[in-house]
Amino acid sequence: MANFYTDTPQYRHHLQHPSMKRIVELKERNYSDKETYDYAPMDFEDAMDSYDKVLEVVGEICGEIIEPNAEAVDHSGPTVQDGRVTYAAATQENLDALNKAELMGMGLSRKYGGLNFPMVPYMISADIVSRADASFQNIWMLQDCGETIYEFAEEEQKNRFLPRIVQGETMSMDLTEPDAGSDLQAVMLKASYNEKEGQWYLNGVKRFITNGDADIHLVLARSEEGTKDARGLSMFVYDKKNGGVTVRRIENKMGIKGAPTCELVYKHAKAELVGTRRMGLIRYVMSLMNGARLGIMAQSVGISEAATREAWNYAVERRQFGKAIIEFPPVYEMLANMRAKTDASRTFLYETCRFVDLYKTLEDIARERKLTPEEREEMKYYSRLADAFTPLGKGMSSEYANQNAYDAIQVHGGSGYMKDYKCERLYRDARITNIYEGTTQLQVVAAIRHVTTGTYLQRIKEYEAMPVTPELEPLKRVLSKMSQMYEKLVEIVVTPKDEEYLDFNARRLVECAGHVIMGHLLLQDANKNQELFRRSAEVYIHYGQIEVVKNYNFVSKSRIEDMAYYKPDLTV
Amino acid sequence: MALNIIVLAKQVPDTRNVGKDAMKADGTVNRAALPAIFNPEDLNALEQALGIKDRFPGSTITVLTMGPGRAADILREGLFRGADDGVLLTDRAFAGADTLATSYALAMAVRKIGKYDIIVSGRQAIDGDTAQVGPQVAEKLGIPQITYAEDIEKISKGKVRIKRRLENGVEVVECPLPLLVTVNGSARTCRPRNAKLLQKYKHAKTITERQVENLDYIDIYSSRPYLNLTEWSVADVEADPVQCGLSGSPTKVKKIENVVFQAKESKQLTDNDMEIDELLRELIENHTIG
Repeated sequence: MANFYTDTPQYRHHLQHPSMKRIVELKERNYSDKETYDYAPMDFEDAMDSYDKVLEVVGEICGEIIEPNAEAVDHSGPTVQDGRVTYAAATQENLDALNKAELMGMGLSRKYGGLNFPMVPYMISADIVSRADASFQNIWMLQDCGETIYEFAEEEQKNRFLPRIVQGETMSMDLTEPDAGSDLQAVMLKASYNEKEGQWYLNGVKRFITNGDADIHLVLARSEEGTKDARGLSMFVYDKKNGGVTVRRIENKMGIKGAPTCELVYKHAKAELVGTRRMGLIRYVMSLMNGARLGIMAQSVGISEAATREAWNYAVERRQFGKAIIEFPPVYEMLANMRAKTDASRTFLYETCRFVDLYKTLEDIARERKLTPEEREEMKYYSRLADAFTPLGKGMSSEYANQNAYDAIQVHGGSGYMKDYKCERLYRDARITNIYEGTTQLQVVAAIRHVTTGTYLQRIKEYEAMPVTPELEPLKRVLSKMSQMYEKLVEIVVTPKDEEYLDFNARRLVECAGHVIMGHLLLQDANKNQELFRRSAEVYIHYGQIEVVKNYNFVSKSRIEDMAYYKPDLTV
Repeated sequence: MALNIIVLAKQVPDTRNVGKDAMKADGTVNRAALPAIFNPEDLNALEQALGIKDRFPGSTITVLTMGPGRAADILREGLFRGADDGVLLTDRAFAGADTLATSYALAMAVRKIGKYDIIVSGRQAIDGDTAQVGPQVAEKLGIPQITYAEDIEKISKGKVRIKRRLENGVEVVECPLPLLVTVNGSARTCRPRNAKLLQKYKHAKTITERQVENLDYIDIYSSRPYLNLTEWSVADVEADPVQCGLSGSPTKVKKIENVVFQAKESKQLTDNDMEIDELLRELIENHTIG
């Protein structure tokens, strides 16, 4: 009986983080739901036990159903006929299993039938599901759109839509259009209001919509005629039951083939406004995107885990020159780096989840009562950290997922190039993670202000203040040197006050911050559990140190004028 | 139409994942080395029961198991997947039961439960592989039995239609209620544990399990009666102690040994009766069969 939760002790380690006490207490409002709901926890220990037990169910479904189905899903994929999508049979089987287990609406409050799980156990599920089948995680994770409805819709809308998500209706977020990809301000899908009927209608085309034939869609549309920028866009919810949207085609993609990516045609489709007009992109999509980025971070970690395991198992079994190839230094170095990058991405993911949990739950409590000044401070503090960590983590973990998938094939040698091996699918699936929900280059754009304003550095100082056992002190000293180098590098880049120079080096700066933070998090993990994390901490910090030095040298050993050699001469 | 369903289930050592320390030196099963699990075909049976409950809302499912105190895990597993109730039949006097004594005890417990339309169980358990308990319970209750069921297809007008898996195909049969059905491993796999039911029932305990010091959440057992799992002894089900456990078991195990097939040569026979008779005689003489 394969269980993807219990076979990876890292999950329990991250679930048991000391901050969970505060998170669960806030999320459960001092355990008041137990009077009303028979499945609500009695206290902290009971809640933690429930997360653990439910994750065991997730792990079993992933190990016994979703992973064994993944190959068939990849091969057959969804189909489209008469404007409607049919999932691959095995994808539907996965959905049915999760629905029967009532694992939809994990994060939603019990009032709507949800499990009221904090982000940490919810994202552990996403991590496990992705390891089993990354394409399925796309469909499953879109339940997160419910969070946006919860945060911004009217109570009456919440009561109508949220229980449906819990009952297994699927969702999509319809943002991208042919001429509005990274630049969503250019969205043109038209929303027009019929005064007589008191009804909004949508007309236009959306493209690259994951799970585009979902039951419930969140749609970004232009509600203000004549506008051209973000301020003319509003958020709508479209209910498939009302009709008006058809799937013109589904894309033939490189990877995540189980998830239908649709081109949608809106013809006089009835829709409801969510929240306030003109706030669609500025406020709601930004919030939606942050949640989605966390989901892709989890997807990246899951793919990294799968790739690392595939490579490891192959290297143990495959014999050449009379021994298992894992015994050869070039092979075991690759495997050690893969494990280290996976553990680094994962520890970063759950640190980010804790920040999100803390600020979002306080934000939610603020809807019920006035926060104390201390709580308001706490909320602001974690909100800022979540905002800083989300793009950095999404960017780095998705790059690592790609590197790990690449190395997994390398460990397999020629066999890995064949369709017969799982690593080939992982390679294709990983490729989208550093593109969608904002490319790595765009994550850097979101992260760079936390380099220049010092959010990362401040947090690094906090990690430096955390004690470790004497045998880990040398690692801590390395991290401290890396951090000093990062600080100096920031100074070099910022001092000329040249925007383009900053943009040119932004990725280098952001990655340096990432290496130091991931190193510290792994150090703390090793401090709690040497056996599980010591190797990854050592390997990652070595790796990170070299990367920081490399980036430092790139900048310090060149002049600002050298940028000209990279810049295209468009006058020719 | 709401039906009363009883699922007979057994906790078994997981013989599918046998390590090198699975057997003790004396040839008995080293239960400590094997995880205790819900007998796989009993899970297929539970799924059939749950399928009936899906089709006929209001139906109730009671999981009945016999075993030591820890077999209460099986009842909780059943509740997590959608059963409504669980009964643990436990008593020192039940220990050492063979299939006859087991079916006697189970039949007495079924009588005590009282109302039932369908009893389902797995075809056989992976520890004993006898496939006798289900049929014997049906005999003792005097009700019809359908074995090797793959799907309980339809229930209407007091009749049930069942697809059976046979060696070379399937057979569809009809039978009046009440009846006992043993379910084959080829039937659809059981649905996963349900996240809400798991959280609802995880504290469900038998009276013996509640009698520990520092029991957590002690108050909920009075405010939430569904957390009290039924536990019955020999006396509770009004069974005759002589027919229970070791004393009620005519089967005596003489010796257990590992059999390793060693013959390497093969023999070709024609369809001549004489040759077959000759082979049979040979096999009986060298104690391969008989």
